[in-house]
Amino acid sequence: MERVAIIGASMTQFGQREEWIRDLLAEAGIAALQDAGVASDDVEHCYVANMSSGEFEGQGGIMNMLAHDLDLLPAYAQRVDQTSSSGGAGIYAAWQSVASGASEMTLLVGGEKMTHRTTGESTDIIASITHPEEYKHGVTLPSFAGMTARHYLERFDAPRESLGKVAVKNHKNGVDNPHAQFRKEVDLETVLESPIVADPLRLYDFCPITDGSAGLVFCPESVAKEYADEYAVVAGVAGATDTHVVHERPDPTVMNGVVESGEAAYEMSGHGPEDVDVAELHDMFTILEFLQMEGLGFADHGEAWKRVEAGETEKTGDMPINTSGGLKSKGHPLGASGVAQGVEIYEQLVGEAGPRQVDADVGLCCNVGGFGNCVITTIMEAPA
Amino acid sequence: MMMEAYRYADGTVGFPGHHLGPDGEEPVDTVDLSEFTATVVTWTTSTATPPGVREPNHLAIVEFDLEDASDVDQPPVRALGQLTTGDVETGDEVRPIYVEELREPGVGIKVTESQAWDGYRFEPV
Repeated sequence: MERVAIIGASMTQFGQREEWIRDLLAEAGIAALQDAGVASDDVEHCYVANMSSGEFEGQGGIMNMLAHDLDLLPAYAQRVDQTSSSGGAGIYAAWQSVASGASEMTLLVGGEKMTHRTTGESTDIIASITHPEEYKHGVTLPSFAGMTARHYLERFDAPRESLGKVAVKNHKNGVDNPHAQFRKEVDLETVLESPIVADPLRLYDFCPITDGSAGLVFCPESVAKEYADEYAVVAGVAGATDTHVVHERPDPTVMNGVVESGEAAYEMSGHGPEDVDVAELHDMFTILEFLQMEGLGFADHGEAWKRVEAGETEKTGDMPINTSGGLKSKGHPLGASGVAQGVEIYEQLVGEAGPRQVDADVGLCCNVGGFGNCVITTIMEAPA
Repeated sequence: MMMEAYRYADGTVGFPGHHLGPDGEEPVDTVDLSEFTATVVTWTTSTATPPGVREPNHLAIVEFDLEDASDVDQPPVRALGQLTTGDVETGDEVRPIYVEELREPGVGIKVTESQAWDGYRFEPV
């Protein structure tokens, strides 16, 4: 099986956009093809990562829409929905399409249009993924985060400030990302005094509601060399699920989907956590950065907060996490987020991250759906 | 109304029920959790609630110890639900209190008839 390469990437401006899903997807799709130097009629497979265009906008059939709008016909097109991890699942699908030999050129575009809905409506659309026994109690994803954060802080004697420092770090990184929704630093005091959303978590512990899209172009490594001097290789990619009902997990501070997908991706890639130079983690809520660090082996259980407190996850630290600004400041257009994580790791590996650049040969992204209900972990490396 | 947990052939109990249990088999019995007290594992008060949900919304994950109700050793059974008050702490003992309508049906995105809207809140003992 030939290795799968990524030869082009794109990310639209994230934030409040006037364009609807059709134009957001097209913007990222065109930009990704242009970045890769690939013509429309060379694309054989097209995957569109999206969670809820039907619920948010009433628009279905978006994979066929994009294929026609980008003149990809008769390319095979498929929508990939895996809630918040749709983008990561799109990377997995795109990798499969090339690795299987079914496609020699695959375009992946992820996107979501959300900001035209009220916060309550968006929260409800996202909460609709929960089990009926949870939904009828008015459970939201932020409320899961609040309960998990309280349990983590109490059990591991972690200071509340350590969660706030995740937000401070990711906002600081986002300043250097021209496509981020928020390019403004925040201080710890601002985070800790912001309005309570699901105590002990406050407004700045949560990512915003966002419009945006991102794209990646995949092909066999032998083909990549015809298009680009610099490219990244998907060394490992794997997905896993955890309980749909969150309270049924044996340990509320362990996301088994992260653990399982991470272990499988490490095994496939031949790398371990010690080899990872930079990581994009799904910081939809600050507590999730701790849980993923621990699930992926970047810290022992209950001790991720110590690495954050020590500054080791800063861009200049030993284990840079969310150099893009993360979902926290970059924004979280559901279907686009996992693809945008891949865009950041690709740019880090090919040396195109500008002021965000770190020294990296191996990068990892972890895209979490629901409250850890489904997870995709992807490991990329620079070609040897 | 029962707060219906499902017992499986291997002796384990889970809430809510699933078509197949952790043993890969269909459930063999039910247990009414509303007859037991529970301990608060963790809790939150949500101030940003979706349409049809009370604001603020006090929520908790609680743990039922059913040791006295089973002939075999089994781990505690957890449930998630609304609290009657935000004045709780981790470790507090609570009991289930029946409520006819936990959130307003038909206001959120889910089709009204697709699920039940009554259930149990947890009240500190």
